[in-house]
Amino acid sequence: MSTPDMTTTEHTPASPAPTAAAPRRRGSPRLTRLLLADRVATAAAIVLLLAALCALLGPLLLGEVAQRQDLALARRPPFSLDLGLFGLLGTDALGRSVLARLVVASATTFSVALPTVLLSMLIGSTIGMWAGYHRGLRETVAMRVADVIMSFPSLLLAVVVLYVFDPSVATIVLVLTITRIPVYLRTARAEAAQLRSRGFVDAARTFGTAGGAIIRRHVLPITLPTLLTVATLDFCYITLAESSLSFLGIGIQPPDVSWGLMVSEGRTYLRTAWWLSFFPGLAIVVTTVAATVLSAWVRLAGDPAQRWRLTAPRSRRPSMASTAVIDQEARP
Amino acid sequence: MTAPPDTETALEVSDLCVDIHTPDGTLRAVDAVSFTASRGETLALLGESGCGKSMTARAVAGLLDPVAEAAGTVRLAGVDLLAADERTRRAKAGPEIAIVFQDALTALNPVYPVGTQLAEPFRIHRGLSRRAARQAAVELMERVGIPEPQVRADNYPHQFSGGMRQRLLIAMAVALQPRVLIADEPTTALDVTVQAQIMQLLRDLRSEHRMALVLITHDLPLVAEEADRVAVMYAGSVVETGPVDEVFADPRHPYSKGLLDSVPDGGPRDEPLRSIPGVPPELHAIPTGCVFHDRCSLARDRCRAERPPLAELGSGTRRTACFYPDEVPNA
Repeated sequence: MSTPDMTTTEHTPASPAPTAAAPRRRGSPRLTRLLLADRVATAAAIVLLLAALCALLGPLLLGEVAQRQDLALARRPPFSLDLGLFGLLGTDALGRSVLARLVVASATTFSVALPTVLLSMLIGSTIGMWAGYHRGLRETVAMRVADVIMSFPSLLLAVVVLYVFDPSVATIVLVLTITRIPVYLRTARAEAAQLRSRGFVDAARTFGTAGGAIIRRHVLPITLPTLLTVATLDFCYITLAESSLSFLGIGIQPPDVSWGLMVSEGRTYLRTAWWLSFFPGLAIVVTTVAATVLSAWVRLAGDPAQRWRLTAPRSRRPSMASTAVIDQEARP
Repeated sequence: MTAPPDTETALEVSDLCVDIHTPDGTLRAVDAVSFTASRGETLALLGESGCGKSMTARAVAGLLDPVAEAAGTVRLAGVDLLAADERTRRAKAGPEIAIVFQDALTALNPVYPVGTQLAEPFRIHRGLSRRAARQAAVELMERVGIPEPQVRADNYPHQFSGGMRQRLLIAMAVALQPRVLIADEPTTALDVTVQAQIMQLLRDLRSEHRMALVLITHDLPLVAEEADRVAVMYAGSVVETGPVDEVFADPRHPYSKGLLDSVPDGGPRDEPLRSIPGVPPELHAIPTGCVFHDRCSLARDRCRAERPPLAELGSGTRRTACFYPDEVPNA
């Protein structure tokens, strides 16, 4: 049984030698072309790329500008170039440039939201798929733990933890991760439980694939698009959750700044200086929408049977938003 | 039926019981089923839907859900699969026993090119490299008659026709040249011409690898044509076994006889089709005594009280679970 040669060789008169050199028409170049063919998805990708650039380079380039205070120039309205480029989005109560602060804040926002989303998705979906695939006691225990976490008011948990420990990016990530794990756990469990009775899982079991390998090879690839959609929606939630914590004074601590913190700081001035809350809010929304559009594209591009739709005119495509709405409804 | 069957037993199932746990209690879907399959022969498990034949197959292949439990022995190359631990069972699955499913579309993962999926058994059991496993998969595709396998290996399951998908499934099942191949209604979803091709392929592979083929079906003509031996199942039990020619020519269990009589055989047109009165019992209401007694014209008090064992008939190659086998031909 250890010899790799098949008895089939005697049935194949054609030499199998050129096989290895055959081109594999898969991989990145084709995906890039597919992405560029879709203008909306390309725009979304560009927005996310810009946001990532801001987060990476912003604090280095604009850290100084964002800190510069001038009380004489406090609460200048946006869309005037009197104060130069940095005054374009107005100034805050201390006369700091909103634009510069927005760019710098993106770094903090991403450093909280991204690890939280990734960690909770990783942990939640791993446990969820494991529980859903194996069923039985493992599923019961995992689901009851998830229920306990969900029934516990997440803000209260955050408050308790953050009063006990020093509020820092790491502790905020930790707390938010714990509260968001059940979302992925439940989604992944439901998908895995449904997939485990599918024929190809049976087929894999009949030739002796181990449980872990089945989860990795057959459950994960099909569950991943759904999880990605949930994750992009969760990104928005986490940004706002972080801002609630900041509002309570236990989130991001000044002089650090995040979009959520900017929104909550601006609330005091909503009547007189709407731009203080509006622009950071807009940044959150634009980023989330871009992430949602791109994840919907990934969902289609990742499904071999659906991929052709990306080459069809956008107007004739089934609504991608509908799938996102369904996923959102599945959330608590 | 090209080569004479070997006498070497490949699969030995004895007293296999499958219990399904439901909220209303435990149902016995398969009750004390025993059969053997030798290398190079085709054994047909014949029965109506719901008689437990697929449950038997799943139990033998180790695919029962947690809600169902199997008892008895499934002996494969000297190892009892039901008693073996998970690791042993996994090591046997593939090189020793494999199964072909009825629904070929759901049995292929939609997100992988078929070449990748066919390579999976080689990677798991033989530890081949990605490239070597793919090469083996392409050869396998060629063997089961898929044109241009080199190109088609990159295609996804939805790009194949029903017959081609079934070929892929068969390829995946025979990849590791198992001793026992279970085919669970492999041709039910296919049209007649494709059915014939698929059966031809299974037959060829069987003789090539000297596999024992367990063919699960409700298709009487298919059994008559393909199988060497047949086990007729009814309500979770085997009621009659024996060589196909003998059983079909001279059934010795009232159910087998009723089943065979119900096939239209080109008699006079105005003659009504014969059928067995009544319906098969629900799993929770399987009668005591003989499972068939409430539909049987020969039934008497003994049949209602006592379950007939699967007893040998004269020649020794046939068995029937009836107290009065000699009366069946005249019933």
